[in-house]
Amino acid sequence: MALQSLDIKQRSATTTPPPQARQTVEIAKLIDVSACIGCKACQVACMEWNDVRDEVGSNHGVYDNPMDLTEKSWTVMRFSEVEQNNKLEWLIRKDGCMHCSDPGCLKACPAPGAIIQYSNGIVDFHQENCIGCGYCVTGCPFNVPRISKTDSKAYKCTLCSDRVAVNQAPACAKSCPTGAIQFGSKEDMKDYAAKRIGDLKERGFDKAGLYDPEGVGGTHVMYVLHHADQPGLYAGLPENPSVSPLVSLWKGFAKPLATLALAGVALGSLFHYVTKGPNEVSKEIEDEIEREDKEEAK
Amino acid sequence: MIRDPKDLKRYTASERANHWVVGISFILLALSGLAFFHPAFFPLTQLFGGPVWARIIHPYLGVLMAVSFLGLFIRFRHLNKMTPADKEWLSKAKQMVDGDDHNMPEQGKYNGGQKVMFWALAVCMLLMTVSGIFIWRAWFGFDITLVRLGAVVHAAAGAVMIGLIMVHVYAAIWVKGTIRAMWYGTVTRAWAKQHHRGWYRQVTGK
Repeated sequence: MALQSLDIKQRSATTTPPPQARQTVEIAKLIDVSACIGCKACQVACMEWNDVRDEVGSNHGVYDNPMDLTEKSWTVMRFSEVEQNNKLEWLIRKDGCMHCSDPGCLKACPAPGAIIQYSNGIVDFHQENCIGCGYCVTGCPFNVPRISKTDSKAYKCTLCSDRVAVNQAPACAKSCPTGAIQFGSKEDMKDYAAKRIGDLKERGFDKAGLYDPEGVGGTHVMYVLHHADQPGLYAGLPENPSVSPLVSLWKGFAKPLATLALAGVALGSLFHYVTKGPNEVSKEIEDEIEREDKEEAK
Repeated sequence: MIRDPKDLKRYTASERANHWVVGISFILLALSGLAFFHPAFFPLTQLFGGPVWARIIHPYLGVLMAVSFLGLFIRFRHLNKMTPADKEWLSKAKQMVDGDDHNMPEQGKYNGGQKVMFWALAVCMLLMTVSGIFIWRAWFGFDITLVRLGAVVHAAAGAVMIGLIMVHVYAAIWVKGTIRAMWYGTVTRAWAKQHHRGWYRQVTGK
């Protein structure tokens, strides 16, 4: 979704600062899992607004449809049946990109400008710069990006960056009939969440809380969970997500260190040659061989 | 094409051809691989017809290098067994690098440094091949932890390998009369006597 008049905070594979004179308000989408009825209007709105139509799949005997995120399904409802306090609970979580403040995808991406983080917090893929290596998948702690089988580009939720740019809420938030998807400034969303969590606690969900994981610097898609102490109940939402230390090592300090080391070897070789000179065959041995040849010729 | 008929044959034509298949694939792999490793090298992708083509081609070149490297490995592994003389050579390598080779022990076809290079490259090649398969998304889909580990190992072994090859190339430039062995297969007797006296005796009977 290139050429938007949004302000940039980070750009993939770019070592110089992006233009950052202007600051925009940090936005967030708040998904109140306790208010979700699993109608999938958000999935439909997402397809419609973004002009993506996934292939019609088959029924797997569960409500999840499609079964997983794909390059054409940027958000899916994940249904989990769990037992809590001797009661059956049906937890429905709208899965998709979390728009991390510290995005593992952007960190891992080798293509300049293929992944952009706007100063409002949205992490957006620019497919025209994507080279299809899949490093974003390797970097993501939430297993969100999907590489298309047809064009080898990576796709995921854009948080409707095109709508947000013109002061519109994301399509999913607009379509939600129960108000389970709220959109606004991150601060406002936190305030709203606090009220919802208060409500839930009054109703007996004393472990209710906000999912805004610190390990990735907070996210711009947050959840209100009735069991915030066990995010894993919600179709395996990671408890303490962070960019894998392997990814940090790989695209963190290994990058400049190895580059410097290689430059050191190259320059070291050059200056070795210049200071020590070439290793030539000694005159002595040349003469020896010549003498032997003369003797043989006699 | 008249050369001294008394020159010594160091490499056969098929050994040389094999070496250059490895060499060419290595250069292309290093250029495209660096481009994915650090943004400073990203413009190198233009040498391959753009970044997407670089991403598509890189792993296939990797297969070519792995297979042709295996050829070199099989050809030369017996000549690269470490001996006590090699260890002595290695302990004195610093003097040699400083420009004084008078105290170096007599060496066969390969000296201790070349043998260490051989085995280090073989280990790197193995790591590169296995980790490369882990991160080759066009064909494989491994568990995410393996993919992450593969990415780190691939980058680290790749950087080490590029460093090793720089040393390999520089050694050939530094030691005059060496590169021709890989171009047309022969070295002068004086070169052999100077640098690999054991091998010189073996092939000349002197």
